[in-house]
Amino acid sequence: MLKINVYVTLKKEILDTQGLVIKKAIPQIGYDNVENVRFGKFIQLEIDQSDKNMEELKKEIDFLCDRLLSNPIIEDYRYEILEG
Amino acid sequence: MADKKRPTFGIIVFPGTNCEHDCYHALDSILGVNASFIWHQEKSPNNVDAVIIPGGFSYGDYLRSGAVAKFSPVMNFIRDFAERGRLVIGICNGFQILLEVGLLPGAMLRNNTLKFICRYQYLKVENPNTPFTKGFRQGQLLEMPIRHNEGNYYINPDGLDALSAGDQIVLRYCDSKGKVDKVSNPNGSVGSIAGICNSGKNVFGLMPHPEACCEEILGSADGLGIFKSMIESI
Repeated sequence: MLKINVYVTLKKEILDTQGLVIKKAIPQIGYDNVENVRFGKFIQLEIDQSDKNMEELKKEIDFLCDRLLSNPIIEDYRYEILEG
Repeated sequence: MADKKRPTFGIIVFPGTNCEHDCYHALDSILGVNASFIWHQEKSPNNVDAVIIPGGFSYGDYLRSGAVAKFSPVMNFIRDFAERGRLVIGICNGFQILLEVGLLPGAMLRNNTLKFICRYQYLKVENPNTPFTKGFRQGQLLEMPIRHNEGNYYINPDGLDALSAGDQIVLRYCDSKGKVDKVSNPNGSVGSIAGICNSGKNVFGLMPHPEACCEEILGSADGLGIFKSMIESI
């Protein structure tokens, strides 16, 4: 079984209001050196990859990300594949 | 409508939909047309003259509003229905679902105030030449309730130009005098857009709730005009 960590964030050209609110809250709890905050989603998939090679697996993950896990109009995604 | 068969509106219900009974009441009790609920697992509903995708929180708005609803079995029927030029209206979460499924262009973001807004809102009719708005005049002001957390409509600049060129911007948020600006925009939506249609003008998505303002006792009966326009167009 492979663990896939998927990170989904708003595209850079979209205003990240949640990130802004978090950034504004941080000085209120004592630190004034946080320049930027981006807020996104983390989704972890556990995939049985025994019948697929890495290329097929990546195709599957891209498909899942493009069709379900992210909205390509407003979001970008990246992922990391972890062993077992 | 003495000689015409009473039309039937199919009201789609997903797990988490919560405005279907208001839609049913408006159509059945107030407008006297047929209405029936269509469960999202239904693959081929029949005897449907128009489709309503009502508001609510389908699948709890989990992942993204409308993101999971788009894979329900009934969506194939809705896609085909829309492609055949039949009338489909998506209200609030229904609008979000139509965007996710690609029957309308663009996407929905979180309100830029990060607050859930629940109040009456003034709207301006930008295009009265659609089957959903033909009962209104160009520039007519309407008052309808909005209740949403993700109503910040987004489309890229090229997409916005195409919407304008195609007369697909149907409703905009405005103030009581019809002024469209940042102040009167409740959620930051691009161009203060509250409702759009597809290029074929048979699919309409709007964030405000017409089904919740069909009786004066509720504060406004402006929502009636949208359903009446649809009935006239079937």
